Amino acid sequence: MRTRATRGVLLALLPSSVLAGCTGWQSAFDAQGASAISIKQLMVLMVVICSVVWALVIAVLIRALWRGREQVERSIGPDPVIERRTARVVVAAVTATVIVLAVFTVVSFFTTRALTLAGHDDLTIKVRGQQWWWGLEYLGPTPDERFETANEIHIPVGRNVRLQLEGIDVIHSLWVPGLAGKQDLIPGRRNELTLRAERPGAYRGQCSEFCGLQHAHMALLVIAEQQETFDQWMRSQRERATDPSDAEIAAGQQVFLSRPCAACHAIRGTSATGTNGPDLTHVGGRRYIAAGLLETTRGSLAAWISDPQTLKPGNNMPMVALSADELRSVSAYLASLK
Amino acid sequence: MRILLVSLGVAAATAGCQREERQLRVDPPVAAALDSITLMPNGISGAPPEIYFALDRPYETNAYNLSQGKRLYSWFGCKGCHADGQGGAGPAFLDGWWNYGPEIVSIFASIRDGRPHGMPAFRDKMTTEQIWQLAGYVQTIGAYSIKTAAPGRNDEKQTRPAENRGPAAKRFDEGPTPIHLDQGPVP
Amino acid sequence: MSEVKPDTRDSELAPPALAAALAETWRTPVGLWGVLAAVDHKIIARRYIVTAFAFLALGGVLALLMRLQLAQPEARVLSPDRYNQIFTMHGTNMMFLFAVPVMEAMGVYLVPLMVGTRNIAFPRLNAFSYWIFLAGGALLWIAFVLDMAPDVGWFAYVPLSGPQYGAGKRADIWAQMITFTEIAALAVAVEIVVTVLKQRAPGMSLDRIPLFVWSMLVTSFVVIMAMPAIVFASTSLILDRLVGTHFFNPAEGGDVLLWQHLFWFFGHPEVYIIFLPAVGMVSAIIETFARRPVFGYLAMVMALIATSILAFGLWVHHMFVTGLPRLGQSFFTASSMSIAIPAGVQVFCWLATLWDGAPVFRTPLLFVIGFIVTFVIGGLTGVMVASVPFDTQVHDTYFVVAHFHYVLIGGAVFPLLGGIYYWFPKITGRMMSETLGKCSFWLIFVGFNLTFFPMHILGLAGMPRRIYTYQPDMPWYGLNMFVSISSLVLVAGFLVFFIDAIRSTRVGVSAAENPWDAPTLEWATASPPPSYNFAEIPVVNGLSPLWDQPGCLMVASGLRTDRRELIVSTVAAAKPQVREASPRDSIWPFWAAVATTVMLIGSIFTPWAVVWGSVPVAIALIGWFWPKATPEDES
Repeated sequence: MRTRATRGVLLALLPSSVLAGCTGWQSAFDAQGASAISIKQLMVLMVVICSVVWALVIAVLIRALWRGREQVERSIGPDPVIERRTARVVVAAVTATVIVLAVFTVVSFFTTRALTLAGHDDLTIKVRGQQWWWGLEYLGPTPDERFETANEIHIPVGRNVRLQLEGIDVIHSLWVPGLAGKQDLIPGRRNELTLRAERPGAYRGQCSEFCGLQHAHMALLVIAEQQETFDQWMRSQRERATDPSDAEIAAGQQVFLSRPCAACHAIRGTSATGTNGPDLTHVGGRRYIAAGLLETTRGSLAAWISDPQTLKPGNNMPMVALSADELRSVSAYLASLK
Repeated sequence: MRILLVSLGVAAATAGCQREERQLRVDPPVAAALDSITLMPNGISGAPPEIYFALDRPYETNAYNLSQGKRLYSWFGCKGCHADGQGGAGPAFLDGWWNYGPEIVSIFASIRDGRPHGMPAFRDKMTTEQIWQLAGYVQTIGAYSIKTAAPGRNDEKQTRPAENRGPAAKRFDEGPTPIHLDQGPVP
Repeated sequence: MSEVKPDTRDSELAPPALAAALAETWRTPVGLWGVLAAVDHKIIARRYIVTAFAFLALGGVLALLMRLQLAQPEARVLSPDRYNQIFTMHGTNMMFLFAVPVMEAMGVYLVPLMVGTRNIAFPRLNAFSYWIFLAGGALLWIAFVLDMAPDVGWFAYVPLSGPQYGAGKRADIWAQMITFTEIAALAVAVEIVVTVLKQRAPGMSLDRIPLFVWSMLVTSFVVIMAMPAIVFASTSLILDRLVGTHFFNPAEGGDVLLWQHLFWFFGHPEVYIIFLPAVGMVSAIIETFARRPVFGYLAMVMALIATSILAFGLWVHHMFVTGLPRLGQSFFTASSMSIAIPAGVQVFCWLATLWDGAPVFRTPLLFVIGFIVTFVIGGLTGVMVASVPFDTQVHDTYFVVAHFHYVLIGGAVFPLLGGIYYWFPKITGRMMSETLGKCSFWLIFVGFNLTFFPMHILGLAGMPRRIYTYQPDMPWYGLNMFVSISSLVLVAGFLVFFIDAIRSTRVGVSAAENPWDAPTLEWATASPPPSYNFAEIPVVNGLSPLWDQPGCLMVASGLRTDRRELIVSTVAAAKPQVREASPRDSIWPFWAAVATTVMLIGSIFTPWAVVWGSVPVAIALIGWFWPKATPEDES
């Protein structure tokens, strides 16, 4: 009785979870970028053909096992006529294999060639992979137009965006399945990846090369938006941080600047210029903190600051001893940095 | 024979556990207790808090803490004055000479509280745990004998042998007669 | 032919006296001395197999721990540090301490029997290789117990495993463990090559070698050519970490990617080192249970050789996302796809054999059928990941995890389990239980597919490999839970297998010489075989000697019975050349292994260990090779 119930639960679980697995904002099934769409077509083609091949092999296997059941005697010497006929069938099957593989190779080659590549005049973003977050630097034609941010890439819809990938410490890999295949960030080398989103939306990505203790929590978000929204975002990002608007926030700024926070984090427009951790100038405007770990709210900021080693054990943010008041005000301050 | 083997195994086990264990989070009360060192009045030498020994001197013997200290050494700009241990605006570590003694507690105090002639205090820039990690690492730079838990070379231009090669020992041999066995030769 | 002193020849003795004389000459002494000094290939291989299966069980426990952690999002069963150690241990353990050794051990046991000789070539080297393998495995597992197991992945990519980011001795232990298992594997490979090429029974020309022996021969050549790359890689990693060399430091002219090239130049052939022996087992089992010779012997041999050559030409498909030039990648797409051709040839030939044969559905054949069903899936997903664009989406995701478990469990462990059921009566003299066998097959087959098939979907749904947890808002929860529950079915299957194997060694039905009516020479002697394997060396005049000459095998005589002698024959035609002395038992391989172990473990901590440690190694080798005034060969 119990086994039947368990089986029932399992059977119900499988299809529902398969369906659940197919959607989502970090899925190769849900392709919304130019590269991801053409790769998905190739994947569908290969999966279909391979399924047919497998079904054929299994059909032959079943037939072979079935027809041998009647025979009882061991065949003493194989009949040369039958052997020759079998040989012809095997040769035909091998030929078919070669043809299928050749088709796959050629299709794969042309899919690779067709993947869009951004040029030098396209929007260029320098991505620095480090343990365990993503540093971003938007490069502009002039130094004033450069700015730093972290863990959230905004891109304009329908345009090629060039990502320059640099590994700062160990090897990481940038993978946003909804938009494109992955590419490694390797110390001492510079790789490039082109993103082109065909539809606006938020696409989650994650580090996919094992990079140490917190490899599991090294996510990033790509937000594709219309050109005007994007330009507006760019303008606001170039701005320095807003000045504190009330007393609590001002107190929070004071805490931030006088405690260890400022040694590692930069907030443009203040004396905090640390570069070891993410740039926090507009941290309140990002959707997530700690590389996709928590949604940005005052509460999550406070939780993160008060005990980063429990939420993300082994990451490089230390646990700074703050009083309750300090914690309240500093989280209010960070949340205000839109 | 069997007793010998077992005791060897136990020794190896305890040594291994301490050296390789990764204590990723220090409880706030422990961190607070670690902060209360007692220093001699002249600022040279002193005693770490008792909890430091209760934890079995984690910042001198644990490989993970030492490598964290190495990261902090470059993160907090130590290289600006001390270079890779050769010194510059600040004193060298590689020569085996410690202005305030070679004990980790002196190094901890130097980092936390600063020292005259330009060493800034890092009390408000680093947490207690980080200062301990950094102090442990700095101690390995000027170590007279090789520590097996010491970090290896960095992935960057090399200016000296790695910490686990015990470079200070070499300098120590070259120096004049030591006047104080604990403190190495007069520079 | 002139003899210095009179000796006893097997032709002069009646069968019972002959058996007694041979048993006296070839016996392994009892007691501790006998345990440490044994050089009988069957004893060594049995130890190897049992040890490797023990490591399989331990690795399975690690896998269960991982599934426990991954069953739910943000679970805190394991810390990230422990999880990283566990997945590294799982991969390293399964590849280096289970799969490769167990396949080679099957070869060590079966090859001398299948080619009709009395012991493997270089039996003392064989003993040495086992001790070294055991020491390497112990090193890794003791480190794990001490919380200092490697945590850098079984691939140990620099810089994560390098001096700056791999704190402590964890990565050194990994690298040195590699050295241990490489020495062991290389030693066995050399023995098998020489045994196959020079010790075959008279008349067993190249075209009469059983397919399993062919596959072991080809595998051994792959081992000999692939292992030096990883020996160099792991040594240079230790040098970087311990004495500060710059093989992998870009700032000093080293290269991070050099590691990956070296590692995968070994790592990809490694897959075939595991898979090719399994192919040989499949051929042996299919032949016996389809009750006809394998279809297309020549094609099968050619496919083995082609696989082994192509195996060295496709390592770059592990590096498709490292930013190599696109044209180069396309070349490796083509070469990776092309290895599916020899694999296809083999599958088609097996299907043809089954088609024209009269299959008997015993447990070994069931495992082989399970092998075909799952391995073809693994092969086809392999073709998928060979395509560069496809790979950029699935590389380092659970899709790849699913793929290689289909290839390694489906493609190698299924045939291995079938092989154990098949050769168990030969090794132990008792049959395994058919009921428990079928039960374990179905549990393993169903459990395996339920566990690993959903991982394909997880990978495509964006779940990367080697993550210790995932967040609750990712849609992977249900499938992960399903996979974790299914893994219990798989484990149950393995438990049944282990119980059956252990139980059958005591209470199994006694096996006759040839319980399956199989055609190859290992079934021409008693079960289990006597220490001298064959009282009289058989003469072979066909591919299936026991089918061609049922009940009356021709034999060659003229070997001495008062000392260990075997026949050395020509490489191609297997014409007898000389009678060669086979080494007696010796304690020196054990001491040499102890000395080597001390040296290698010491070198994790100080480079001076290599200098001082080489002294006892040298002493042990001198003892080992101390010349004794016995003539080696006589023509």
